[in-house]
Amino acid sequence: MPDKVETSEQRPETAAVSQTGEMAIELIGINKHFGPVHANKDINLKIRRGTVHGIVGENGAGKTTLMSILYGFYTADSGEIKVNGKTAVINDSRHALQLGIGMVHQHFMLVENFTVLENVILGVEDSARLRPSLDRARGELKRLAEEYELNVDPDALIEDLSVGQEQRVEILKALYRGADILILDEPTGVLTPAEADHLFRVLETLRAEGKTIVLITHKLREIMAITDDVSVMRRGEMVATLSTAKTNPEEIAELMVGRRVLLRVEKGEANPGEVRLQVRDLVVKDEFGVERVKGVSFDVRAGEIVGIAGVDGNGQSQLLEAITGMNRPTQGEVWVNGKQITFTGDDGAAVFRRAGVAHVPEDRQEQGLVVQFQQWENAVLGYQDDPRYGTGVFLSLDECKKEAQAHVEKFDVRPPNINLKTSSFSGGNQQKIVLAREMSRDPDVLVVGQPTRGVDIGAIEFIHNQIIAMRDAGKAILLVSVELDEVRSLSDRLLVMFDGHIVGEADPATATEGELGLLMAGVNDKKDAAE
Amino acid sequence: MSARKPLPRWADLVLVPALNLILAFVVSGLVVLMIGENPIEAMEIMLFGAFGYGEGVGYTLHFATNFVFAGLAFSIASHAGMFNIGAEGQAYVAGLGAIMVGLALDQTHWLLVMPLAMIGAGIIGGFWGFVPGYLAAKRGSHVVITTIMFNFIAATLMVYLLNRVLKPEGQMAPESETVEVAGRIPQLRQFWDYFGFAPVNMMFFVAIAALIFAYILIWRTDLGYRIRTLGLNSQAAHYAGVSNSRIMMIAMTISGAMAGMIAVNEVLGVQSRLVLDFVFGYGFTGIAVGLMGRNHPIGVALAAILFGALYQGGQELAFMMPGITREMILVIQALVILFTGAMEGLFRTPLEIMFTRISSSRQSTGAAEQATE
Repeated sequence: MPDKVETSEQRPETAAVSQTGEMAIELIGINKHFGPVHANKDINLKIRRGTVHGIVGENGAGKTTLMSILYGFYTADSGEIKVNGKTAVINDSRHALQLGIGMVHQHFMLVENFTVLENVILGVEDSARLRPSLDRARGELKRLAEEYELNVDPDALIEDLSVGQEQRVEILKALYRGADILILDEPTGVLTPAEADHLFRVLETLRAEGKTIVLITHKLREIMAITDDVSVMRRGEMVATLSTAKTNPEEIAELMVGRRVLLRVEKGEANPGEVRLQVRDLVVKDEFGVERVKGVSFDVRAGEIVGIAGVDGNGQSQLLEAITGMNRPTQGEVWVNGKQITFTGDDGAAVFRRAGVAHVPEDRQEQGLVVQFQQWENAVLGYQDDPRYGTGVFLSLDECKKEAQAHVEKFDVRPPNINLKTSSFSGGNQQKIVLAREMSRDPDVLVVGQPTRGVDIGAIEFIHNQIIAMRDAGKAILLVSVELDEVRSLSDRLLVMFDGHIVGEADPATATEGELGLLMAGVNDKKDAAE
Repeated sequence: MSARKPLPRWADLVLVPALNLILAFVVSGLVVLMIGENPIEAMEIMLFGAFGYGEGVGYTLHFATNFVFAGLAFSIASHAGMFNIGAEGQAYVAGLGAIMVGLALDQTHWLLVMPLAMIGAGIIGGFWGFVPGYLAAKRGSHVVITTIMFNFIAATLMVYLLNRVLKPEGQMAPESETVEVAGRIPQLRQFWDYFGFAPVNMMFFVAIAALIFAYILIWRTDLGYRIRTLGLNSQAAHYAGVSNSRIMMIAMTISGAMAGMIAVNEVLGVQSRLVLDFVFGYGFTGIAVGLMGRNHPIGVALAAILFGALYQGGQELAFMMPGITREMILVIQALVILFTGAMEGLFRTPLEIMFTRISSSRQSTGAAEQATE
C-alpha cells in the first residue's frame, strides 16, 4: 500500500513522543449492560499519549458505547477510568471537556444557520456580550488554522460549507475547548477521498503536537494508514490491542469477525448477454434546479456489473434517481429491455419497478426503509401493488409476513424477528433487509447505490457475494459506490463520473488506482485536449 | 445518539395519557378549590352527570359520537403526515350536504335519508378537506395555514348562505327550513326510554363503524400502507413509487368526509335544521381527541368518551354548583385539552429516562443491540 510507506516514515518520531509520555487514557474493567445485552464486557484499554489509537470492530461490537462512556453519555456499570493517570468520574460531556476530552461525532452537532465562529463559541461564551468572545475566538481560530491546516472561513454559514469543512469546524470546536484527547467517530464515512486525506494530514499534525487521537472506524485501510496502535473489539469484548506496524489488515479483519475474511471478492468471468439498460444523453437537475448529470450515455448488459466510480457529489445520486424513476430527467432517454420508460406523475419509481428495475438506494434510512415500520412492513415497501400481497384494496398481512420471513432466512438478517421495529436492526442488517427485498423480486436490472455504506465487514462479504450471485443469474447490475475498492473489485466494467459527465471507462482488473484517481479528479487527456 | 430508549408500548398507550389526565384533574381541582368549592364534590357531580343516569349517559354518548368523527378526521390526516386542524370548517360546510338531502327526501324514509345524507355531507366535507390537500400537494402550502383559513371561509360562507339563501321567507332566525319526517334520524330514546331526552341517535352506530373502518383503512389496506409510509417517511414513499401528492389529497379528502359526519349527527340527528355554529367546537376538540388517542381507533374511542363525559358532566356541574359557571367548565375542559393534547409529551421524557434506568429483561435483544451502537 503506497500510503503506508508515507506514515511509517513518521512513526519513529511519534514513537519517541509516546515513550516519554504516560497513558492518556486507561480504562480498567469497564462493564456496561443494556437490558440483557452485555455491551461492554470487562474492557481494559490503554491509550498512549501522543498517539493515534484506532478502535475497530463490527457494528454492534460496542465501540461507540465504550467511547460514549468515556465522553460521559453513559455511565459504566462497573470499572475505572483514568485520564492522564488520575482516576476520573465522567458523568456528562461537560465533565469530559474539563478533562480535555473532545469528541467529533459521526453526525455533526452544528447549528446550520449560525456562522462558524458562532458555532465554535456556542456553550463556552465568556460573558453575556458576544463580541469579546467572538473576537477572542476569531484570533484563536486563526492560530489553529495556521497550526493545523484547519482553514475555514470563520464568517461562513454552516449550511454553505461542504461536509469536509463542517468536520473541520467540529474539530476546531473541540480544540477551542482545549481538548487534548480527541475522539473521532467514523470520521471519513461522509468524506471524499481528498477530504479524508486532508483529515489525515490534520490528524498527523495534531499527533506531532502531542495530542492524543482515538479513531473509531471500520475501514482497515485507515487503520493501517494513520494509527500507531489498534484495538479490536468483538461482541462487546476487547479482543486485542496491537501495534499497527506489526500487524496487517487480514489479521485485524480476522480478529474483528472471529473467522477468516476474504477482503478481495472472488468472482468468475462475466458472461454479458443482451442489453438490458440503456441510458442515452441523460441530463438531470437536482431539486435546486442545478444540472448535475450533463449528458450521460451507457449500456448495461445482462450478466455484467457496471460500476460507476467517482467522488461523492459528482452527479451519481442524480443519475441513480433518474434511472429508477425518482426524478424526471430534463433530457435524454432511459430504455429498459428495449422499451423506453417515461412517466408523468410523481410515482415514477413504481413505473420503473414494473418495468423490472429494482433499486437499492444510497441512503437506506432516508429512502430505502421506513425505520418506524416493523421489519415485515418494510419487506414489501415499493411492491405494495404486487397482487401477491392481496388484490383489490386490502393488503394480505399473511403474505407480507411470509415474504418477510423468507427474506430473513435467505439473507441471514439478525435478529430473525420480522415483528421487530426496523430501527432496532443494526446498519448491516437494515441493508440486508433492503437487499433481500430488491433481489428477491427477480428483477432484470438491479441498480445498487452504496451497497456497503456503514456496513460491517462480515456483512460486506455477504452482500458482495449476493451481488455477484445476481450477476451470475443473468441480471444487469449498475453499481454506484464511493468506495473505490468496492467498485473495482465488484465491477466487470468501470465508468468514472466527474462533474456530471462520464469521463472515462476503465477495465477494473488492469486500471491502477493512480489512473482512476486522475479520472475521478477530472484530469482526462481527451477532455484537456478539447478545452 | 440518545441515551434514552422509546417507551414500552403499554406505557406509551396507557401510562402517559393516564398521568396527563390525572395531572389535568389535579390542576382543575386546585382551580375549583380556589373559587371556594369542594373539588371532590365537583368530581362526583361530574361523574354522576356523565355516567350516573340514562339521560346523562345518552348525552355523553352523543358528544362522544361527534368526538369520534372529529378525532378520526384528525388521525387519518395525521397518519399521512398532515396536521388537519380544519375539521371544524369541514364539518360546518358539510351541514349543507346533510340538510339538502334531508329536505329533498323528507317525504321518504330515514333509512334512505341517512346514508344519502352521509354521502352528501361526506362529499362537501371531503371537498373542504381536498382543497387544502390539493394546495399542499401541488403548491406546497402548509395545511395548518390553509385549514385554518378554510375554517374562516366556512364560517362566513355559512352565515351568508343561512341569511340569504337557506332561510325561508318571513322567518327571522338565520336557519334553514326544518325537516319533519324522514329527515329526522331516529334518536335512540325512541326505542329505549332509558336515555331520557338525550339526543344520541343512529349516528352513534355509524361512529362505531367509522372506528372499525379507520382501523381497516390504516392497517389493512394498500391505501393505508401508502398513507403511513408517506406520513412516516415521505422520501421512502417516493422511493416506493407512491404518488405522494395523490395520497396527500386522498387522505385530506377522507379526513374532511369523516368530519362531515358530525354534520349529519348534529343537523339531522339533533337540530332537524341547519343552524349557525352547530359544530360548536367539536372539530377543534377532535385534535385533542386524536392526539390523546395516539391516532389509533381504540385510543380515539376512549378519548372521545372521556371528552364526551367532560362536556356532559361539565354542563351538569354548572347546573348543580352555583359557584361554578359555564366559563369555569370551559377552563376545566381547556386544562384537560392542554395537558392531554398540547402538553402531551410532558411526562414522556422523564418516563423514558426512568424506564431506561430500570430497563430489564423486558427489552427485546434487538432493541438493546441497537443501543450499543
